[in-house]
Amino acid sequence: MHVSTDVLNGTAKATRRRHPAAAWLAENGALVALVVLVVGLSLLSGDFLTVTNLLNVGVQAAVTAILAFGVTFVIITGGIDLSVGSVAALSAIVLAWLATDSGLPWPLAVLVALAVGLVCGLANAALIAYGKLPPFIATLAMLGIARGLALVISQGSPIALPDAVTHLGDTIGDYLPIPVLVMIAMGLITALVLSRTYSGRAIYAIGGNEEAARLSGIKVDRQKLITYGLSGLFAAIAGIVLASRLASAQPQAASGYELDAIAAVVIGGASLSGGKGRAFGTFVGALILAVLRNGLNLLSVSAFWQQVVIGVVIALAVLSDTLRRKATT
Amino acid sequence: MTNDDSPRGGAAGGEILRVEGLRKEFPGVVALDGVDFDLRAGEVHVLLGENGAGKSTLIKMLSGAYRPDAGRIVVDGEPVEIRGAGDAQRLGIATIYQEFNLVPELSVGENLALGRPPRRFGLVDTKKMHERARELLARVGVDVDPRTPVGRLGIARMQMVEIAKALALNARVLIMDEPTAVLTTSEVERLFAIVRQLRDQGVAIVFITHHLEEIPQVGDRVTVLRDGRSVTQVPASTPENELVRLMVGRPIDQQYPREPAAPGEPLLRVRGLGRRGAFEDVSFEVRAGEVVGLAGLVGAGRTEVARAVFGADSYDTGEVLVNGRPLPRGDVHAAMEAGLGLVPEDRKGQGLVLGADIAENLGLVTLRRASRGGFVDRAGQRRAAADVAGRLGVRMSGLGQEVRTLSGGNQQKIVIGKWLLADASVLILDEPTRGIDVGAKVEIYQLINSLTASGHAVLMISSDLPEILGMSDRVLVMARGRLAGELAAREATQDSVMALAVSEVEDARVH
Repeated sequence: MHVSTDVLNGTAKATRRRHPAAAWLAENGALVALVVLVVGLSLLSGDFLTVTNLLNVGVQAAVTAILAFGVTFVIITGGIDLSVGSVAALSAIVLAWLATDSGLPWPLAVLVALAVGLVCGLANAALIAYGKLPPFIATLAMLGIARGLALVISQGSPIALPDAVTHLGDTIGDYLPIPVLVMIAMGLITALVLSRTYSGRAIYAIGGNEEAARLSGIKVDRQKLITYGLSGLFAAIAGIVLASRLASAQPQAASGYELDAIAAVVIGGASLSGGKGRAFGTFVGALILAVLRNGLNLLSVSAFWQQVVIGVVIALAVLSDTLRRKATT
Repeated sequence: MTNDDSPRGGAAGGEILRVEGLRKEFPGVVALDGVDFDLRAGEVHVLLGENGAGKSTLIKMLSGAYRPDAGRIVVDGEPVEIRGAGDAQRLGIATIYQEFNLVPELSVGENLALGRPPRRFGLVDTKKMHERARELLARVGVDVDPRTPVGRLGIARMQMVEIAKALALNARVLIMDEPTAVLTTSEVERLFAIVRQLRDQGVAIVFITHHLEEIPQVGDRVTVLRDGRSVTQVPASTPENELVRLMVGRPIDQQYPREPAAPGEPLLRVRGLGRRGAFEDVSFEVRAGEVVGLAGLVGAGRTEVARAVFGADSYDTGEVLVNGRPLPRGDVHAAMEAGLGLVPEDRKGQGLVLGADIAENLGLVTLRRASRGGFVDRAGQRRAAADVAGRLGVRMSGLGQEVRTLSGGNQQKIVIGKWLLADASVLILDEPTRGIDVGAKVEIYQLINSLTASGHAVLMISSDLPEILGMSDRVLVMARGRLAGELAAREATQDSVMALAVSEVEDARVH
């Protein structure tokens, strides 16, 4: 799972005289934070470090993590995708609606749902690459459009999922929840795309310096289509996973999840100005959010205070990253 | 630290500022290696040196942007530490960079009062702000309504506003980084008049220029920097050729090691290229083995033509042919596939991904070629990068070093290197040696030689006339968006090139 990129290694090597362990710690601050969090919560609550609870955390992290993997591509290009929560809901609604109301075979309905996510992402990219809209605005518009369409199609009510699809929320045997498996698979795919494929390498270059990338012959617009397309596709998968856990598609599902996804990416060490980020970091970021929520619940901290704590964590994560970067230059 | 509010405070001739043994090292390069310099009230002290000699590092230390590694800065006889812009301001040191520090959307008055506008009952006192602005503008002799947005002023008047801003801060030391580079002849005259006037008022001025003829006109003393050291201090009346010798440290003709190759087939042909408002009717060709220089004044349209040829921007009329085949407009990818390469003038902004490492940057152009079924052969990319980095003599700690931390010369080698890896047959170099030290310059010239010797073609844009004359086999001169003429290497002189460069400018004035 730990697939590093040269972009990150480069910053580590620039600080030549530091001890390798110190450099590793600096690069993997989020992982250290996660370990500290896990140890702390294990000491504070006897219920935390149990198999059931940890699987629960994994399932809770899954939807955020899958959304966040998709958003990682976008953030590396220096863009942002605010629409993933809405797109997730829309895809799930389309799936449920086609499979129940229209009687489409469920595998076909799943494909159409994935296509809906992809198309939403491509529409974002078209507005950004060809319409020259700032990503914030284009995806904010899509946030409204996709959510609205989900409400229109469902007429505001949840739609039951076909049984075959709800099994996606099941646990194989006792220890293998399918959402966690899907999350790990998506994480591996993300890591592979980012580190080994042409598009992956190209989007790091685009995020690092779009003009230099363009003048090096990289077709920036095409790569943005791929990037936002992937983000939409991942959102659709997250939407289906979420719906399968709830056994129904809900038009208001995943509302606000885009912010959790962005937070996970940023906690994982990506820079909103682009050119930096990796799948493993995003995975850790999503786990931190899930562990934190779970732990605070176990400790009976009120939901209101949880929001405060999570806000503080996000600020601290990015602050420590900024300070570290300042110290190394 | 003193609190002398009056710009007339310094008695003429008294020392205000002195630096001793100043040293600054960046990863991979020693920018300053022992600089001594002193500045008296009421003088214009010229800092002279080639690009990369350390002038900008020195002034960045005086303005608090960098901290010295060794040596000291003494103001009014007291050693000081300048930790930031605030410290510099308190010491009365103001710097006018080539890129102005003005907010274009705000008015002249607001810019002059930026950060500390006069207040009345907690609100900005606009009337008083504009009154003060008028006084300051009058001191620099510029007639501008303080309510005008700065963005609407021309470059010369923006510069005057910058000077006025420095005066507003009661600057006793005014550092001007190549203030004349962007000005026309008459604007330069006006600037000099103001500089002399400020000097007579007791302001100490550090003046950086690359135009040697300006030195006796405006300067009093000259400190020459070379390779990060202060070489000597001479009066401003020193003859130009002597200044050049001091600056370069060797006779100038050794600096351009051009070895002409026999020209072969035309590799790049440009016919009747035009874009409304930028350039028109530009036709030329570049043959295998040739270095064609593209000279002209800043703003003559050279970069615009280069970018259009490469497909970075589109054009309205004409065509571009590489190896006899026409290129589609505005398509960098097609240009690249056809064998064109562009080393852009803005190295950091357009040539490099600064946060990525050397291997990544070198492999940028060849990324597509190194991919099979969407997957990149990263080991192969790395081997190729190691090979070309070695060939170019890039000074680095390893391929994983972030390019941000390389010196300008090594950064430029990386930008050129990515096109070497792509084996571009025609290389367009836009200001290839700007901001690069003398040693790295010669290395880049030798690289150009080896490229043309192996049958590649080079189109070189440069504002550095000796470089154009020293390295080109033919010189094209642009003026006002048109090709004003072409000169063979033997007929090209500073005078003949300049005559063409200004030719149509004068014609245009008649109309």
